[in-house]
Amino acid sequence: MSILLDKDTRVVVQGFTGKEGSFHAEQMMEYGTNVVAGVTPGKGGQTHLEKPVYNTVHEAVEKEGANASIIFVPAPFAADAVIEAADAGVKLIVCITEGIPTNDMIKAKRYVVSRGAVMIGPNCPGLISPGKAKMGIMPARIFKEGSIGVISRSGTLTYEAVNQLTELGLGQSTAVGIGGDPIIGSTFMDILKMFNEDDETEAVVMIGEIGGTAEETAAEYIKNYFKKPVVSFIAGRTAPPGKRMGHAGAIIMGGKGTAEGKIKALEEAGVKVAESPAVIGKTLKEVVGK
Amino acid sequence: MKVHEYQAKGFLRRYGIPTPNGKVTDKIDGVKTFAKELGGKVVVKAQVLAGGRGKAGGVKLAKSTDEAVEVAKNILGKKLYTHQTGPEGVEVKKILIEEAANIEKEFYVGIVLDRAAEKYIFMVSPFGGMEIEEVAKEHPDALFKVYVDYLELFPFQARQLAFNLGLSGDAFKQAVKLFLNLFKLHVELDASLTEINPLILTKEGNIIALDAKINFDDNALYRHKDVAELKDDSEEDKLEIEARKYNLNYIKLDGSVGCMVNGAGLAMATMDIIKYYGGMPANFLDVGGGASVETVRNAFKILLADKNVKVVLINIFGGIVRCDRIAEGVVKAASEVGVDRPVVIRLVGTNQEEGREILKNAPFKFYTFETISEAAEKAVELSEGGNQ
Repeated sequence: MSILLDKDTRVVVQGFTGKEGSFHAEQMMEYGTNVVAGVTPGKGGQTHLEKPVYNTVHEAVEKEGANASIIFVPAPFAADAVIEAADAGVKLIVCITEGIPTNDMIKAKRYVVSRGAVMIGPNCPGLISPGKAKMGIMPARIFKEGSIGVISRSGTLTYEAVNQLTELGLGQSTAVGIGGDPIIGSTFMDILKMFNEDDETEAVVMIGEIGGTAEETAAEYIKNYFKKPVVSFIAGRTAPPGKRMGHAGAIIMGGKGTAEGKIKALEEAGVKVAESPAVIGKTLKEVVGK
Repeated sequence: MKVHEYQAKGFLRRYGIPTPNGKVTDKIDGVKTFAKELGGKVVVKAQVLAGGRGKAGGVKLAKSTDEAVEVAKNILGKKLYTHQTGPEGVEVKKILIEEAANIEKEFYVGIVLDRAAEKYIFMVSPFGGMEIEEVAKEHPDALFKVYVDYLELFPFQARQLAFNLGLSGDAFKQAVKLFLNLFKLHVELDASLTEINPLILTKEGNIIALDAKINFDDNALYRHKDVAELKDDSEEDKLEIEARKYNLNYIKLDGSVGCMVNGAGLAMATMDIIKYYGGMPANFLDVGGGASVETVRNAFKILLADKNVKVVLINIFGGIVRCDRIAEGVVKAASEVGVDRPVVIRLVGTNQEEGREILKNAPFKFYTFETISEAAEKAVELSEGGNQ
């Protein structure tokens, strides 16, 4: 098992014919992802990367049975793409796009939730169930099939952690990059709930960063309900307050969202927090006793 | 993006929200003319983007035109030092001259995003003039909040807000209208923070925005050209402005280890590990996923322009781009820029051995490592050596 994504997931790529969309769709297919169609408004009827292109997500759902979508649409149009996917009945929507206005995401998130869909991102690397399928932009070769769940707000820092896990022989069930924006489709807690129910996942690595209170909320959930060991790393101990550290959501405001506060909350919930980004894999190995 | 008070007040007036009569000027002559026009009794307000201006002496009341001119001479063209400006301070280039109001009561009004609730919160408090963090700490019961769904404040919510400030009669009606308009402004202009502190009730019974602060969502500026053109970066760090021209995400800090990293999370983690080994990062710098020759070259330029930087630590996790390509790019960029300080590089990903080989054979003092801990330790060691 894995969460959210496996070999049977039928993926449509929104922004299919663009540079980013084409490149990553090809990589995803190479990995074994079941990409069934692409959508680019105005290019319906064409064939791209040997897959049919449709004008609308609705058509891709009707004709190809798409049940998941990955979005490579420019920021001004990305929220609309998310809403279109949700309206078409797609149940898993992965939005890679960075730089979407907050108000657009407030609307899109409401819409997605009202349709009972799950959104991952935006401003994220996507997700991968190693050995099965990937809906994202991560380098597939560093991943290995296994039983560690990974959740992260960051891209390359996730690769760093996964690389350490793989080198220690610890494979991953599913790795989810939830994104670095203030408003995201799925939070740490949403994904933790899924890992809690997934028999194949034995332990979880959770990579947080400064800004917001999602790590604290997750800590509360872990303390009360989570049945598996969790190891964490929080980036930004050296980040100055009031400055946005690359990600739109990574900012300490009014004394809230500091790394110290998050680490304290997680440790109180029994989570082992790695002191340096170099020992995330090692810390997990110690915790699971392998 | 931040705008000046006088600009924020312009947006308020566009949405029918009353502000005191006032004019902005960058000349003492202007102060004289405007103060006279406004009846002599005026408030002189420094227009800087940094917060904490009042406490730093940037806002003064004058009882006559002559006094206004005297006060303005001590503010205009002078430096203001607030808790947000640091020891360098900021130069006051413009001042706002406003008619002094007869204040009966002061309130706090603010709209911010609650990230956990994924909604805006509209907050009011009868403790006007105080900073909101202080109100939240000292008078939490006096802070009344309304959570706004659907990006629209409903009239009943605006009434709740006004009732909670103890308003009645005509002032109540004015406040309700103001709250509805303010929220409309917040959403339509894609603000990320809107504050009126204080909002006042005058002795004449009018509700007026005495101060105003609006921050805008950078991601939405593309659809608000009128907002975007107000961008004033004169109070920002020069290297940060330069870095932005190159589309680099750079934040200057005080340490001596210059960092160049791909990805924001890894960039923060790299800063953290430098501290973990006893050093201090000189900056945050995310060169983006690809780390092309051009971005690396520009990043070198920015890092080396900081004289505090004793050593450069490059930490690149090669995702889809191959490491040999990145290594070639780093060597090319280094020779173009003329790197004059030691460079520690940690490069992982596809073709990492080839990448490291290219770096070893380069005509520069490159220290290459496989792990981030070894690289950080070396960088810290080199940075300390440079300080002696």
